[in-house]
Amino acid sequence: MIFDVSIDATINAAVNGTMTTNLAQHGWAGLQTLAAMFPLQPPVASSIAGDIDRLYYLLTVITLFFTALIFSIIFYFMVKYRRRSNDDRPPDIHGSLVLELAWTIIPSLICVVIFVWSSSLYIRAYHPPANAAEVFVIGKQWMWHLQHTEGPREINALHVPVGVPVKLTMTSQDVIHGFYVPAFRVKKDVLPGRYTSFWFEATEAGTYHLFCTEFCGTSHTEMIGWVYAMPPREYAEWLANNENDEPMAQQGERIFNHYTCNYCHVPDGSGRGPSLVGIFGKPEKLSNGQSPVVDEDLIRRALMEPNSVPVEGFAPIMPTFKGQFTEEQILQLIAYVKSLGSQERANAK
Amino acid sequence: MSTATIDLHEAPAESSTNYLNATYGMKSWLLTLDHKRIGMLYLGTITLMFLVGGIAAVLMRLNLLEPQGALVEPDTYNKLFSIHGILMVFFFLVPSIPATLGNFLIPLMIGARDVAFPRLNLMSWYVFITGCAFVLYAVMAGGVDTGWTFYPPFSSSYSHSHVVAAALGIFIAGFSSILTGLNFIVTIHKMRAPGMTWFRLPLFIWAMYATSLIFVLGTPVIAVTLLLLGAERLLHVGIFDPAIGGDPLLFQHLFWFYSHPAVYIMILPGMGVISELITAFSRKKIFGYSFVAFSSLAIAIISFVVWGHHMFVTGQSIYAGLVFSVLSFVVAIPSAVKVFNWTATLYKGSISYEAPMLYALGFIGLFTMGGLTGLFLASLATDIHLNSTYFIVAHFHYVMVGGAVMAFLGGIHYWWPKITGRMYPDLWARFAAFVIFIGFNLTFFPQFMLGYLGMPRRYGIYPEEFQVLNVMSSAGASILAVGYVIPLVYFFWSWNYGPPAGPNPWGATGLEWETASPPPTENFEHTPIVTEEPYNYPTAEVASE
Amino acid sequence: MSETALHHANPTGFAHQFEDLEQQHEAGRLGMWIFLATEILFFGGMFTAYTIYRALHLPAFVIGSHLLEVQFGATNTVVLICSSLTMALAIRAAQTGKEKSTIIMWLVLTMILGATFLGLKLRFEWYHDYVEHIVPGFGFVYRPEWGSLAPSVQMFMCFYFFMTGLHALHMVVGLGILAVLVGMAGKGKFTSQYYVPLEISGLYWHFVDIVWIFLFPLLYLIGGRYASGGH
Repeated sequence: MIFDVSIDATINAAVNGTMTTNLAQHGWAGLQTLAAMFPLQPPVASSIAGDIDRLYYLLTVITLFFTALIFSIIFYFMVKYRRRSNDDRPPDIHGSLVLELAWTIIPSLICVVIFVWSSSLYIRAYHPPANAAEVFVIGKQWMWHLQHTEGPREINALHVPVGVPVKLTMTSQDVIHGFYVPAFRVKKDVLPGRYTSFWFEATEAGTYHLFCTEFCGTSHTEMIGWVYAMPPREYAEWLANNENDEPMAQQGERIFNHYTCNYCHVPDGSGRGPSLVGIFGKPEKLSNGQSPVVDEDLIRRALMEPNSVPVEGFAPIMPTFKGQFTEEQILQLIAYVKSLGSQERANAK
Repeated sequence: MSTATIDLHEAPAESSTNYLNATYGMKSWLLTLDHKRIGMLYLGTITLMFLVGGIAAVLMRLNLLEPQGALVEPDTYNKLFSIHGILMVFFFLVPSIPATLGNFLIPLMIGARDVAFPRLNLMSWYVFITGCAFVLYAVMAGGVDTGWTFYPPFSSSYSHSHVVAAALGIFIAGFSSILTGLNFIVTIHKMRAPGMTWFRLPLFIWAMYATSLIFVLGTPVIAVTLLLLGAERLLHVGIFDPAIGGDPLLFQHLFWFYSHPAVYIMILPGMGVISELITAFSRKKIFGYSFVAFSSLAIAIISFVVWGHHMFVTGQSIYAGLVFSVLSFVVAIPSAVKVFNWTATLYKGSISYEAPMLYALGFIGLFTMGGLTGLFLASLATDIHLNSTYFIVAHFHYVMVGGAVMAFLGGIHYWWPKITGRMYPDLWARFAAFVIFIGFNLTFFPQFMLGYLGMPRRYGIYPEEFQVLNVMSSAGASILAVGYVIPLVYFFWSWNYGPPAGPNPWGATGLEWETASPPPTENFEHTPIVTEEPYNYPTAEVASE
Repeated sequence: MSETALHHANPTGFAHQFEDLEQQHEAGRLGMWIFLATEILFFGGMFTAYTIYRALHLPAFVIGSHLLEVQFGATNTVVLICSSLTMALAIRAAQTGKEKSTIIMWLVLTMILGATFLGLKLRFEWYHDYVEHIVPGFGFVYRPEWGSLAPSVQMFMCFYFFMTGLHALHMVVGLGILAVLVGMAGKGKFTSQYYVPLEISGLYWHFVDIVWIFLFPLLYLIGGRYASGGH
């Protein structure tokens, strides 16, 4: 079912709705149509959307309440204390410490409540669950390239299963873009030269807007697409029908061997470069004393500027691969290293 | 030129020479050192920039009548919103109240003859119009399409528009801000009349002082940032270019380090005006003077540590997000304090409904709404959804237009008799205020809804389901445009045919009302000596004289 | 209070908007301090960007730093410190009522030192860098020994030219101000009662000097020199 309705479709629906004879159905259909014509929110389609809507409505209530309060007090004062003559003598009031404290403390408390509520929601949504399915995204002027780890590629479209957390790892090939799915209430900027990521879990099957949300040039408004959330069985079918590409890790392994990375990065650690088995997601000791966690960004940096991640115990002789790989190939290499991450770490030299 | 008709204060000695007619000719205006004339020079300039930026807005809203874009190609639309933003932010809102009303009023309000550095003041205007020239050149030569935020790598390596000319224009205009701020700080510190202690100053002066702090401390950072951007674009050196080890996010941090305090440059003077209007038109002391005064300083200081809330979705660490979020909530509190104090000032006042008061009351309501919608954006979870959507557009237009522009209009109406010596027709002014209020809300309220529904900003083409709200918004914009044109007409009429206004047509307190309208070039016949607290309106306990 | 009293007997440039000379001088001093605050923020933005990139690309910055001519940088540091001394002596001369020729002498010495700074920088550093093809945007050539760090080395040189370039621009403005002061001193405007222009120009000059004191170690001395096989 398509959630985004065009004006024509809603008018049709209204017309059709009013063709039923039952009066209650009339009214309910009318209300639904009205709601469809003037929705206040996008579809509630992710595990976090409902929570965000609730916070949003609380904020709306607070805003409308205080606006109405101020407006009505002002209106009341304006009428009650309108000038009656030039000889009016208002009382000599300088202020009131009690009132000042009250209207400082009460708004502060309200702010604390909102901050705590919002931040806990944010923190909860920040880290993806460990079992999240992964999709990699490359934004470029002016389209989205997506690739599932299982292999299927998509352009300006993203198929995801309902009820399964999905993590998107994204980079840009040129300027800054933004990946936004209003129905899921998630958004993240997509930056060149590094990876950003976010996750969501779709809860309702449907078709939802995907927008580019960071201005990126002439066809910024055309860098849009659709997210298709499907029940898990349909999703599995879709995957099976679209597996004309190998899984990313396999593609990465082919690149790894083709470019003779395996000559130095021997799995048992006996080569001239460190073993890559079991390193993903764990700290790696560098010769400059740092121990950064191996993530997508680190692998990318190691490919582009190897001298910036000198692993301890190994000579800094790795050549740079800048300009030799597309962003897709880099992601495939990363997927390959990730796939090695589940294996036991080999002993270092 | 003027004979006083209604006088609620002792009339100063009659004088037909004032700052407007003391000398004649273009040269006397273009080489003037009189802060009042310089304020008028600025007024003319920023009005012109507002009109150009406004035309861009009209074209944008016309285009948005249809989902596929009714009027212009995407490239043109991108240039329109960029020009609209650049002109309105840097060449209208930032200088509006400070350079026009601030320049005109600060020496008058503190009892001085002029600002501390009149030649620097004139220079600041010439620097400003040089900046205007560069940016108008960029517009006429084909426009700039990066948005007013100039994010690289798009602005440094991909845009084919006149980025350097526009950035240079802003860079140059920034120096005019710095000079103005410097002048104001020294003037307020050093040139107050005898007896004018800090706590006898009108709140407009406190607000201008806080604004000037931001001028001098924030503007240099955007200057350096634009310089680096221009160098990257011209010399192809990679400061913000990831391909050569640069960081596009560094630009965003540097940019917002100024641009967030900049929004307080735009609102603080307006808040100062409102304090003046509320007291004058309820003939009552401000409620909580020191709280209102210190809240201006608090806003200025805290404004420097919240810039990261513009970058919640860029991938910053969770801790950075939390810190910037909590500080963004903190910065809202002093503004709330002001709103409550203004409202309390009305209590048991003697309230009249002239146009300036209508603008002031409209400000309070609309600023409350705009400010509260800021909480949606300080709140991390909702900002993820709302960032870069029309919600943001609605939020900042509520505070900038419903707030700052209405305060500016209120101030212009209030001090018009002082500036020109003439009154304007108040019924037309009230009518225009209503039209503006209605047009404004119709334009921007639907945009809150569009934003939550997910319509991104900077989109000239949008999905069909957003059309109804967009049409409502464009209809409102046409009403708003009419509302803005009406004052132009009657102010022009008033300048030529308006009835003379006496020194104090409103019966307000303040040193500026104790001299002739228009004031003589030296401001005061004799240096005033201040003995009273501010807003010392006759009260019930004290027998008036 | 009559405002015309001090108006016309006016060899010392009394400006009408002030009540008296003391107020005018205080305003001048406060104005200069505020201006220096803006300059701190101006250079500060640049220093912030530099600090971040240095933290991210330290090895490349070490390489870049060793490309610079530290002997000229060090000499220039001494030159500038001396020029601050001569500037202070010029102010002292006015303060103690010395002959205008003394004031002029110290001012001119300051100018000579400032010009020396600029001359050394232009001829022996920047021109030399240009010939060596390490000026970004003007024929920058990557050297093979930089390896994959080459782009970041270029970044360092960007910062070097930006920061020292901005500084040099401020020096040039300072020289202009000094020339004006020499003219004023020549006309006998400075007395032991009135030397505020010297004072506030001195503030500016010292500020420009202090910026250099920060720039020199940050740019020229990264990663140590003459230690374990330095440049």
